[in-house]
Amino acid sequence: MYIVTRAAAMAIIVFARFLTAVRGIWQGSEPVPRQRIYFANHASHGDFILIWTVLPPRLRGKTRPVAGSDYWLKTPLRRFIGCGVFGAVLIDRDRESRREDPIEIMARALDAGSSLIVFPEGTRNETDAPLLPFKSGIYHLARTRPEVELVPVWIENLNRVMPKGEFVPVPLICTVTFGAAMRLGAEEGKEAFLGRARGALMALSSKLTEANG
Amino acid sequence: MSLMHAHLFMLLLAVAAFLVAASVAGYILERRLSPDGSNAVIENLNARIKAWWAMVVLMAIAFIGGRAGVILLFAFCSFAALREFVTLTNARRADHWALAAAFFLVLPVQYYLVWVDWYGLYSILIPVYAFLLMPIISALRGDTDHYLIRVAEVQWALMICVFCVSHVPALLSLQIPGYEGRNVLLVAFLVVVVQLSDVLQYVWGKLLGRRKIAPLLSPSKTVEGFVGGVASATAVGAGLWWMTPFTIIQAGLLALAIALMGFFGGLVMSAIKRDRGVKDWGHLIAGHGGFIDRLDSVIFSAPIFFHLVRYWWSLT
Repeated sequence: MYIVTRAAAMAIIVFARFLTAVRGIWQGSEPVPRQRIYFANHASHGDFILIWTVLPPRLRGKTRPVAGSDYWLKTPLRRFIGCGVFGAVLIDRDRESRREDPIEIMARALDAGSSLIVFPEGTRNETDAPLLPFKSGIYHLARTRPEVELVPVWIENLNRVMPKGEFVPVPLICTVTFGAAMRLGAEEGKEAFLGRARGALMALSSKLTEANG
Repeated sequence: MSLMHAHLFMLLLAVAAFLVAASVAGYILERRLSPDGSNAVIENLNARIKAWWAMVVLMAIAFIGGRAGVILLFAFCSFAALREFVTLTNARRADHWALAAAFFLVLPVQYYLVWVDWYGLYSILIPVYAFLLMPIISALRGDTDHYLIRVAEVQWALMICVFCVSHVPALLSLQIPGYEGRNVLLVAFLVVVVQLSDVLQYVWGKLLGRRKIAPLLSPSKTVEGFVGGVASATAVGAGLWWMTPFTIIQAGLLALAIALMGFFGGLVMSAIKRDRGVKDWGHLIAGHGGFIDRLDSVIFSAPIFFHLVRYWWSLT
């Protein structure tokens, strides 16, 4: 089984590179083996695949995406890719039906030594706005495990590769930019922290626009 | 060993000797002037030389692979170039299917037609059929914002990255009496002349360059680099007559045409980069930038060289 999931992971990474020639840009942090919560903009189902692709293999093995169980448990194929290949930390986004607090699930994954990839917008951004308001989960997670650093990650162009409703991707060059790590301040409140985190992510996007004109 | 293989071997040997000399020079420069990697020009030079080695090895493998190898190599170059070009365009949601068709229909069909040598169709597939098909697909979505610009960009992307580049492997199907089975050497002649012209323009420009030719487009292009590069590439092209169906004079004149088109191709592609505010088309070839950065001069010279040779030398 291990060989099958490794092969599937490699195939997905090769395919992602074929489509996007994706490149990781480390701007303010380095790809070092330190426990982290990577938080990124979310426009496509392929978002965490791109982050995964540009992480060095040593870090990749210890980095798990946090994803909605409603989507990733729907079919056997999704379950295989989500859980088997990417080791996704699945959370139930529906407050009514869930039996366990998502923050506890994520904290447990952190305690087991994993780094996490989270999408604080909570859902895929299908609007024209560059970034939706953040849900508060990332704040609660940061308060539960304040020693883990948070790294903003801006994914550029993937939404153009496969816009919502299309099923044939168009090959375009994508970049994944990692910003400077941040931590929750001792006295920092929820709104202030979420605003700061969202600002850090937005700053990476505007830097990109400047660099590319 | 056939005559073709003997000539190919001699050419590769010469290129390898040239690269060994460049690598040694780069190593000495690094030891002398940039031991801590702080001199950007020398670092870039050495990155370029390393990438040249990789490109030459890839080309050599493709040449040894013959027709299939060369067609596959340039089909991949077209794909990578198109990916870079489209990334910089204003393409919108409404163009999604037009772009998907460009990548997954027009590009493979163009190279298939080159493979089966259907000249009558591959010479008009993009200028005629894609030219009319793409705007239809985009129009069906009903988005008229910047419509003309978007349609023109997709068409340019296909002309530049697929149509022009595919004329390199198309050289394989020219039928030149007395030159049967050696057409791969025509590809080698074109590639060597155009790339050497680029390198020599760079070298002459660094050595003697004073007057800038088009300061707004490309600050590194100088009159001295242009004249020296084109003249020496013409001389090298003439000196390569033995592997072509041309006389020395003819080889020199064709090399001159190739070098001139290559120079102006580089200028045009610089203008597009300036317009889009980027320095390089991509990042995949260390020291060079993207595929289009390396291909720009081939893009403009390939169709011209193809048609010159086809008109005067080929039976078809």
